[in-house]
Amino acid sequence: MKPSPFAYTAPSSLDEALAVLAEVGDDAKVLAGGQSLLPILSMRLAAPAHLVDINRISELAYVRVEDGGVRVGALARHVDVERSTEAHTVLPLLRQALQLVAHPVIRNRGTTVGSLAHADPSGEMTAVLALTGGSVEVVSSTGTRTVPAAEFFLGPLESAVAGGELAVSAHFPSFPERTGTAFVEVARRHGDYAMCGVAAAVTLDADGAVVSARAGYISVGPTPVLLDLTAAVSGASVTAADWAAAGELAQSQTEPEADIHATADYRRHLVGVLTARALAEAAGRAA
Amino acid sequence: MTTRLFGEPVLRVEDVKLVTGRGHYLDDLGHDALAAAFVRSPHAHARVLDIDVTGALDVDGLVAIYTYEDLVASGGAVADRLPLLIPHPALHAPRTGYPLARDEVNHVGEPVVMVVARDRYVAEDAAERIMVTYDFLPPVVGVAAARAADRCVHEDVPDNVAAHLKQEVGDVDAAMAAAPHTLELDLSIERSASMPMEGKGVLARWDAAEGSMRVYSSTQTSTSVRAAVAARLGLPLSKVHCIAPMVGGGFGVKIMHPWPEEVLVPWAARELDREVKWVEDRREHFVSSAHERGQLQTVQVGFDDEGRLLALDVRFWHDNGAYTPYGIIVPIITSTQLLGPYKPGAYRVEFWSLYTNTVIVTPYRGAGRPQACFAMERTMDAIAESLGIDRAEVRARNFITPAEMPYDHQLTFQDGRPLIYDSGDFPASLDKLKKLVGWEQTLAEVEAARAEGRRIGVGLACYVEGTGVGPYEGAHVVVESSGKVKVATGLTTQGQGHFTVFAQIAADELGVPLADVEVVTGDTRRFGYAVGTFASRAAVMSGNAVALASRKVRAKALRIAGDALEADPGDLEIVDGVVRVKGSPAASIPLATVAVLSNPLRYAFDEASKAATQFAVGDTSGPPVREDDEPGLEGTDYYSPVGATFANGMHAVVVETDPETAEIKVLRYCVVHDCGPLINPMIVEGQVHGGVAQGVGGALYERMEYDENGQLLNASFMDFLMPYASEIPHIEIDHLETRSPLNPLGIKGAGEAGVIPSAAVFASAIEDAEGFVITAMPISPSELFELRRRHVAGDIPSLRRAGSQRAGPDEVVAQDVVEAQTNQEKPT
Repeated sequence: MKPSPFAYTAPSSLDEALAVLAEVGDDAKVLAGGQSLLPILSMRLAAPAHLVDINRISELAYVRVEDGGVRVGALARHVDVERSTEAHTVLPLLRQALQLVAHPVIRNRGTTVGSLAHADPSGEMTAVLALTGGSVEVVSSTGTRTVPAAEFFLGPLESAVAGGELAVSAHFPSFPERTGTAFVEVARRHGDYAMCGVAAAVTLDADGAVVSARAGYISVGPTPVLLDLTAAVSGASVTAADWAAAGELAQSQTEPEADIHATADYRRHLVGVLTARALAEAAGRAA
Repeated sequence: MTTRLFGEPVLRVEDVKLVTGRGHYLDDLGHDALAAAFVRSPHAHARVLDIDVTGALDVDGLVAIYTYEDLVASGGAVADRLPLLIPHPALHAPRTGYPLARDEVNHVGEPVVMVVARDRYVAEDAAERIMVTYDFLPPVVGVAAARAADRCVHEDVPDNVAAHLKQEVGDVDAAMAAAPHTLELDLSIERSASMPMEGKGVLARWDAAEGSMRVYSSTQTSTSVRAAVAARLGLPLSKVHCIAPMVGGGFGVKIMHPWPEEVLVPWAARELDREVKWVEDRREHFVSSAHERGQLQTVQVGFDDEGRLLALDVRFWHDNGAYTPYGIIVPIITSTQLLGPYKPGAYRVEFWSLYTNTVIVTPYRGAGRPQACFAMERTMDAIAESLGIDRAEVRARNFITPAEMPYDHQLTFQDGRPLIYDSGDFPASLDKLKKLVGWEQTLAEVEAARAEGRRIGVGLACYVEGTGVGPYEGAHVVVESSGKVKVATGLTTQGQGHFTVFAQIAADELGVPLADVEVVTGDTRRFGYAVGTFASRAAVMSGNAVALASRKVRAKALRIAGDALEADPGDLEIVDGVVRVKGSPAASIPLATVAVLSNPLRYAFDEASKAATQFAVGDTSGPPVREDDEPGLEGTDYYSPVGATFANGMHAVVVETDPETAEIKVLRYCVVHDCGPLINPMIVEGQVHGGVAQGVGGALYERMEYDENGQLLNASFMDFLMPYASEIPHIEIDHLETRSPLNPLGIKGAGEAGVIPSAAVFASAIEDAEGFVITAMPISPSELFELRRRHVAGDIPSLRRAGSQRAGPDEVVAQDVVEAQTNQEKPT
């Protein structure tokens, strides 16, 4: 379990990094927190010819409230986002989700943008990006493009970041007024990838009736799944809403697969149970 | 008198070193050594047709590539099949592998090519470029497939049966036929593995000038590794030494030896005349070390109206993996320890040990007992359920009583000796457990919680563990002229706290401060005769040997001091390292001085030693070293028991299962443990904690996920789920201390205790919570969900004791089934 040989560059500025990436293209992997990349290298599941370490590009280490949401730079660690009071005030879902991301030591090192670019459909932040309708800013030596969540996750471990590009930030828009959010999941052990996880957002009108109920799912498909479940609970009060019906609606729209930890039916069952729990919890916070 | 250290929760003397990074584990040694890596079989069953190394030859830093042919070419025994360590008449078709695959590979991970290079990175680069051509053979995966024998692992063992052993006491058929009640159970238990934090590792230093070999191995038996290396390399035993440095856990897997690497690394070091090191990585550990636990079991039991056993007929099929180097110790233990604290009536047990194309099976902490306990305790619960009797009561009615000790089961145990329980007070243990749990109150609370729709269950399991098996261990104790005491014993240490408890024993016996005692284990340069650390035997075997050797030293010290003080040795005592006359402490002589006097000198080497030189000693009437005496204040002694000493324990667990998600939460975990007098209660409790933690892992999280091709799908810590601290409940412990009559200290082993009843106790509790029968462990939320569906579908019977309140959650599941079925009908 030792990596294959690779060349290593540690640029100290974004421009320098983009120049290196432009030069080595598809043969490069970007090293940020390394929490997924290093095990993959050590197990020789990947053998990139070049590692571009962005840890010295301090200009990318930020968490900012901007454009009606939270913008997270490529070098912001999960813990920075989790602990940011400003981010939490604008978008509580970030902290709700991040507390479920692995363990503190991993959050101390792993980066939020890195986990998005890794595009593991079990990663909590993929569902958060999907549910918030967020986007990722991708830069190369030839320009910048903003990729919306719906177009960012292409498949398991496959994102829209192309060779020569660097995901420099992610933007998570905040929700409308009277919206509550929650993230619930079932994992085998504390901090494990979830067998099913649900990010939920419920918006109420001034009278306390549900006007929107939406959920983002991890571990039930090749990419994060986003569902609008409003139809099952529209117009109901928080206490009268049939959250289980929303869960059933979600079940009917997901096709999870089996792995060694959970059968497909069990995952589908969890989709129903956790949808109901997450929506109820979110609605409780909206009220 | 000095305060007695035996029985005190003395802080572990080894911990300062270990927690400050000065532990020196295998990989901390040999920084300049060449590194070995292995090309291992990617297939579960295949013939090796060709090995092409040309692609690797231009890797910069490559030193050597070895295949089986190179072993043959070097001559000698290194190319032989690895030894069958424990032959047994019932093991009629033993098979062991070669250090490097000869023509065939029989499990994923079997070593095929050895690469030696400048460092491990380069070695892996080269290994990656070696092309091995295989001809695939159909693999046998799992006990059921091995039993069906549609395919075989070894061509000359067509039924896959390595061993078949039957033991019977009494007339089971007659007793079963006459029994008022009978039940049958079909049970299964999955594989797990020891998974020490530190994997295996070997470092070899060949001294060509001396023709001697020094091997460091992360092993549980350095003396036997030494013997194996000497035999395989054709070296005199005196030219080979083996040292187990600090070892980061063993849990059984490192008692298996010699591993291919333990032969190959020293061999390569001699071939190359260079220091060579191999450190196992985690992936290697998963696929090329050892697993345990996989069995299918059937139990037929006959019992009377009170639930007393009349006849017990057990058959089981044991998965021994691809080879049987460790013999059939594990299934023998299952077949004998199954009886636990009970009188079985007539007993028949029969097992088949079966080959599969998977990693070999050798003892893992518990070593066949968790499976045994599972079978017996599932049976006890089934009897209780069948008769509507309290589960604790059924057990109590079947206990062997203290008055019946020693109790002879008339079976042959794993050491080839009669299975005779030396002592134990099972009724008292159960009383303690019921008190610790608050048995009646807890059962009432569970009922109340169920009425609220919660699913809570209580489980109970009892076991007896044969510990401290022979043949022997020894110890050498010397008081140096500084007064410091050096203790050496041959068995090895993997973190248990031996340096502390053996020092406690020696300090007590010799009357010296604990800080003056230093213990060395597992170093053949210091002590050459030993067996190893396994079967919860270190404290019993080496502990008693240390006590006996210390007593020899004490007697000699008193004799020499008696001469010096002109006192009767019987009137002397040793307190804080000073020998003195009882009642008149002014007449005294330091133990250090006694040590000086014990060694008559011609040459003084320091001030103190002048007292022993030839013109200083007064008495010239006899030779300086008397007849039947030896120089030095030291002693060696051995402890060799007639048989094992039997510890016991009883565990209870309270679990809550989520009616919706089927998650399993541990609310309470209670342990009553009887390993005789506790040398160090803190260390014993630590052993119990660690055992329970591994048990929780084995019951709720861990399994080896082999697919039908024999690929291990979860060969990493990402997918093989060992519990974190966050998964381990608070553990409540109480002790009983029933002395063993077999050894001077009266002690029994504690090392494996915590893990033995886990599968049984969790099955019992989950069954109680769910209201239907549990027959297979481990169990995950997904599996529990599937069991609920099968229960609702009528495939799994309800417990009779399951009250009407269970209907609520069941209905929830029933709805799910309908939903799931509906979903399945959707086109995909």
